[in-house]
Amino acid sequence: MRARVLIRPKEGILDPQGIAVERALPALGFSGVENVHVGRLVELDVEDESQLDSMCQKLLANPLIEDYEILK
Amino acid sequence: MKFGVVQFPGSCDHRDALAAAQRVADAELLWHGDHSLNGVDAMIVPGGFSYGDYLRVGAIARFSPLMESVIAFANEGGPVLGICNGFQVLCEAHLLQGALLPNTSLRFVCRQVDIEVVGDSQWSRAGETLSIPVKHTTGRYFAPDLDPAQVVFRYAPGQNPNGSQDDIAGVRNEAGNVVGLMPHPEHAVDALTGSADGLHLFESVLRERVG
Repeated sequence: MRARVLIRPKEGILDPQGIAVERALPALGFSGVENVHVGRLVELDVEDESQLDSMCQKLLANPLIEDYEILK
Repeated sequence: MKFGVVQFPGSCDHRDALAAAQRVADAELLWHGDHSLNGVDAMIVPGGFSYGDYLRVGAIARFSPLMESVIAFANEGGPVLGICNGFQVLCEAHLLQGALLPNTSLRFVCRQVDIEVVGDSQWSRAGETLSIPVKHTTGRYFAPDLDPAQVVFRYAPGQNPNGSQDDIAGVRNEAGNVVGLMPHPEHAVDALTGSADGLHLFESVLRERVG
């Protein structure tokens, strides 16, 4: 099956990338944008989807600093 | 006394680490794909971009065959030093607490900094200030549950280059045999290039081992 894992900075951890994007948008005329966070997306084909959570814990994300969400 | 220096694909400071260690003892490079530490007495995980820093700094290097041996060596009390990317690898390997996040500035910083040695370990003696360069983009140390007794190096007031928590530049494990820091002691081993303070780390572990 095809799975997608969304990984984002944990809430409360300073996200300078998100801040940089948030500050850049008004300069292009987009107003009213808040709480921008930049993460990453991992797409993968897996035979055994029950392994996905373990993959996230061990390698795809660092649970100390990142939250992850598995989308199937 | 012999130091071993890990070489990953993408390491770039292994030669300097080797040369620095050779100023105080014997040293050899060890390939990440091997298993044996060849009987070395202390291990250095050097700086660079192991495995291209893909996915997350240090995340993939942490699973290389040699790292399994380094982890076992560390757990038996062997001295291990992680420098910059090596520090990131040791955090990912859970030999040290915490993680390294992108610099607050999002910029690569490369400059000489003063770091205060605030903790004893096999690689340090508290009480001195060292002039050592930093050069990194991902050096903002974060460890919400860190025991303050495990802080070994702090950036001198006003010199924090990356926004790290409590100006932390380097930490140790509970036993004090594993140490990681963002500044590069291996680039400060000769007065000709501005400072030889980095040698203190290598000399410290030599003192511990040989007396």
